[in-house]
Amino acid sequence: MTPRTLFDKVWSAHEVVAETRDTPAVLYVDLHLVHEVTTPQAFSMLKAHGLPVRRPDRTLGTMDHSTPTQSAQVFGSVPIKVDAAAKQVRQMEQNAAEFGIELFGMRDARRGIVHIIGPELGMTQPGMTIVCGDSHTSTHGAFGALAFGIGTTEVGHVFATQALLQRKPKSLAVNIEGRLHPGVTAKDLILAIIGQIGVSGGTGYVLEYRGSTVRALSMHERMTVCNMSIEAGARAGMIAPDEVTFEYLRGKPRAPRAGDWEAAETRWRSFVTDPLARFDASVDVDAGRIEPMITYGTNPGMVVPIGAAIPERKGDEVFDKALRYMGFHCGEGMLGKPVNVVFIGSCTNGRLEDLQAAARILEGRKVAPGVRLLIVPGSQQIKREAEASGLADIFKAAGADWRESGCSMCLGMNGDTVAAGQYSVSTSNRNFEGRQGKGARTLLASPLTAAASAVKGSIADPRELL
Amino acid sequence: MQPLRRITSRTVVIASSDIDTDQIIPARFLTTTTKEGLGLQLFADWRYQEDGAPKPEFVLNRPEARDAQILVAGRNFGCGSSREHAPWALLDYGFRAVISEGVADIFRGNALKNGFLPIVVDEQTSQWLLKHPGAELTIDLEAMRLTLPTGASIAFAIEPFARHCLLNGLDEFGYLRSRLPDIERFEAARS
Repeated sequence: MTPRTLFDKVWSAHEVVAETRDTPAVLYVDLHLVHEVTTPQAFSMLKAHGLPVRRPDRTLGTMDHSTPTQSAQVFGSVPIKVDAAAKQVRQMEQNAAEFGIELFGMRDARRGIVHIIGPELGMTQPGMTIVCGDSHTSTHGAFGALAFGIGTTEVGHVFATQALLQRKPKSLAVNIEGRLHPGVTAKDLILAIIGQIGVSGGTGYVLEYRGSTVRALSMHERMTVCNMSIEAGARAGMIAPDEVTFEYLRGKPRAPRAGDWEAAETRWRSFVTDPLARFDASVDVDAGRIEPMITYGTNPGMVVPIGAAIPERKGDEVFDKALRYMGFHCGEGMLGKPVNVVFIGSCTNGRLEDLQAAARILEGRKVAPGVRLLIVPGSQQIKREAEASGLADIFKAAGADWRESGCSMCLGMNGDTVAAGQYSVSTSNRNFEGRQGKGARTLLASPLTAAASAVKGSIADPRELL
Repeated sequence: MQPLRRITSRTVVIASSDIDTDQIIPARFLTTTTKEGLGLQLFADWRYQEDGAPKPEFVLNRPEARDAQILVAGRNFGCGSSREHAPWALLDYGFRAVISEGVADIFRGNALKNGFLPIVVDEQTSQWLLKHPGAELTIDLEAMRLTLPTGASIAFAIEPFARHCLLNGLDEFGYLRSRLPDIERFEAARS
């Protein structure tokens, strides 16, 4: 049999109808995650056709994007401040009830960011196809699932058929060797990869992250890496499952039970790239050379090691426009630049381990005067764990604002925003113009760098505080 | 859907590369629960001042942009979020196509499902188009050719199934539903 990649195997295991020259493949979807922002029009489509959700058992809903993170608005009597968001939340509740979909509502203890709760519950499993109307669905690829973001029309397609029409993308091997130095995190690794291949370097491809560095990563680190595959233009990024994956999943509420575990694990072990399998393209990354990274521009590919200066690109008007937006100049160093806001959270870096990393820096220290530090757990479960283990106390003692879970300031559609002109060091995934609020200036970095910058009040190298 | 065969229009040029979907339609407008009316918020942060008044220098606020149906943009158009609100906003404004050296994957799929044409051209053609705003072009979807005012005719590729659906005014959903017996067989074989 021809050697196959992990991606080939997951794809062919879900091919209901193979693609032809004239027609795309019909690809079966194992798990459909839904949230309040990209579903209302898809539910309307079902209603217009008089159709049910075909497999509610393969569908899970949460609310994360437009939901507030202030406890009073989530649990108290204070209404959701943004009217349109309140309407969207109500509509999600109505649609979920009408179509029989399980929904983790506003006050549900299991609610959280859609890409955090899938893994947390053990619903994300190796070899699955997982889709969601959100581009960071690539996160779930960390388990050896083929997971990608879809538009709202496709959300409707999956509701009605549990399948999608898809052309098979090409495959790109990202071979990563070497050890990450202390103070260098998975976030720095993926930012360095995006810097290397560019924001469209992965367009048309599914990435597979491979090599000794990847094997040594924990599940939360693998999720951070796969999460930002889309920032390199790739709809999906995958990592072959191994003992680390199985250990993570064991005992999770919706992972296979003891009696079913062995069969599941045996099947999961087949989802690896065969030794002689061929990729359409490949790129090599030297992890030992990576330093803490920070972005300086308006896309995640505009990134430098934290001690470096902003590069020069003569005659590149788009580059110049980005620097004007950021208020930066070529040749300036990043260290020491003043910071107004620090955001720690999101589907990229809102997991418990990310909060633990931030706490390593924040413990016994204070947020610099004039700096606002917002820490938002990725799920309510993470919030409880952080409170039980004392992390939340460390954050509060440092002067941070500690919130309910949600997408929060990653995309600023829920009341958590950065003011125009302000600088925000953020552990999220996008530094696009206005992403965190109109005129906001975002610098993407790891939780360590974000916490260090909050303490110093300016862009800081976390290695100095570890 | 209405069949889409040919578009003849002047172009509007936004030369930036890597125009992400947060620029096309900022996240704060995603609290809508319908598809309509998003054209008003298309490129909102580039188009309007703080007080909501149009920025006179932005291309969509200039008289020559009126009624243009073809947007010409720098490479990697539509990168970022999967929000289908991006093609909805472009269509609601009146655009029917974007021409770029590269279009992001999720945006491309979303666009085609809404009858908005993402057309990828070579660097030379793209550069010519970027330097000639207002050029009158014809996009012939049947022949898969783009005609410039110079008379040059440039071939472009488009996913054959999407093209078939657009030319015939078909919805891809109808085809997918016709495959439901296959989906049921697939499920039965797996369980």
